[in-house]
Amino acid sequence: MKFMLMFFDSVANQAYNPVPGHDGVAAWGAQAGAMGQAGVIVAGHGLQGRETATTLRLRDGVRQVQDGPFADTKEQLGGYFVIDVASLDDALAWAARSPTAATGTVEVRPVLAM
Amino acid sequence: MKRAAATTAAATAATTAATTAATTAATTAARQSYGRLLAWLAYQWRDVAAAEDALASALEKALTLWPTQGVPAAPDAWLLTVAMRALLQIARRQRLHNSPQVQALLQGELAADDAPALPDSRLTLLFVCAHPAIDTAVRPALMLQVVLGLQVHQIAPAMLTAPAALAQRLVRAKHKIRAAGLRFEEPDAADLADRLHAVLEAFYAAYGLGWDQAEADTGDPGDPVAAGGAALQGLRGEALFLADLVCSLLPPSASRAEAEGLLALMLFCEARQPARRGPGGGFIPLAAQDCSAWHRPLVVQANRLLAGAAAWQAPGAFQLEAAIQSAHCQRLFTGSTPWAGIVLLYQRLLALAPSLGAQVAHAVACAQAGDAARADALLAALQSPRLAAYQPFWVASGHVASLQGRADAARQAWQRALGLTSAPALRAHLLARLQALG
Repeated sequence: MKFMLMFFDSVANQAYNPVPGHDGVAAWGAQAGAMGQAGVIVAGHGLQGRETATTLRLRDGVRQVQDGPFADTKEQLGGYFVIDVASLDDALAWAARSPTAATGTVEVRPVLAM
Repeated sequence: MKRAAATTAAATAATTAATTAATTAATTAARQSYGRLLAWLAYQWRDVAAAEDALASALEKALTLWPTQGVPAAPDAWLLTVAMRALLQIARRQRLHNSPQVQALLQGELAADDAPALPDSRLTLLFVCAHPAIDTAVRPALMLQVVLGLQVHQIAPAMLTAPAALAQRLVRAKHKIRAAGLRFEEPDAADLADRLHAVLEAFYAAYGLGWDQAEADTGDPGDPVAAGGAALQGLRGEALFLADLVCSLLPPSASRAEAEGLLALMLFCEARQPARRGPGGGFIPLAAQDCSAWHRPLVVQANRLLAGAAAWQAPGAFQLEAAIQSAHCQRLFTGSTPWAGIVLLYQRLLALAPSLGAQVAHAVACAQAGDAARADALLAALQSPRLAAYQPFWVASGHVASLQGRADAARQAWQRALGLTSAPALRAHLLARLQALG
């Protein structure tokens, strides 16, 4: 089964911005490495900061384009993995190993089968 | 006006106090007797889910009535009577008047009125929960729910399972108990050892919050206990309670010796708990722990339990695992760890139960006993599809490689372990070891 792990965290804790005393880059690199060697990764990326986000809506034929993220909350989407594992339990186990689990929130969702 | 307000306030305070007392009485009765009451009801009714519903409605009624009517002299008997009436009502609705269940229940009601002493059916219920027809993975949760009354939201996080999925699995297990008409009887003497082992394994799984999870978290195969955050330690007390309960319910026998072995094993781990974290919350591996911080009375108690069990001369897997932990705890009395003896104990354990965790721990013990080459060969020979995500294996491989002066291999293995670690303190510990490699 394919699941998407979405990593929501404050900007300070996101991978590209390691906090002092906690080597975020090393921890993320290690997780990606362990997932890769376990053969579960389908896709995955870290995202640039929310200040780089642009949002777009089409309402009544009018296009609205704005600077900034979809929801201006403290915790922002910092990256994602799509993994292929046997069950939700396995997906949760990988989610628990991410550095975000200790500081932010990991949302785990099954991917729609196409 | 002022006085009226004061009186109202006093009355409110008194009511609140009474409500609190009643609530406390109800929750105390629930905690102390839940398992006994449920086991008895489920035993009579042969239906765990129906018994749970009836007991839950009795508890709800108690919380409504006791604040005004006062707490009855025997809260257990009161709860039991109300729960039985609830079950009888269901029976009437379903026109089951003459079924054996209803007859048994009616007799039980009389018995409960005459003599409030309740036969303890919890052991029988535990055997049903660990029946071969019930999925191994769901057994610990099932026991925690039916014997201790824990809720799904309390169990699911420790097992790293989605609450909805766990609830579904529990419903399925209870349905199976009813549909398959699993016998609510203690197993025959011939089956007892196997069935008891299944019960004890479920307790141990609960203790280690899913024991693989615990192992994976400590990354310290000699130390089989969760080193995760406080929130992850929630089920340790419950597992200890269950193991203690089984020891007290079983007659002295070689089977009980194995239950005592499990209890001793968990007590050794409990005893070392205070030494597991440094001043800054950092993780301290077993070999580096300051043993003066260990809880000496618990170690003594565990040693005594294990010695009593050993008198039966029927060492099972839990007694051997406890003996290994006892050997680790010898440092408290002699100042050194008998690694060569630990290697021999692991060999006996592997002959009985060759789990992946024990195989990795055996290799580490060889390395600590001075034979890094043998440890390396043992690890290299391991074959399991679980190795790819089995963190203790990568920690051990890194450790052995670093002992042999193979820095690159150590770095690679620890990198891998780092990506498989979920406890922040352990991640920090591994990062420090990686940095020390240069």
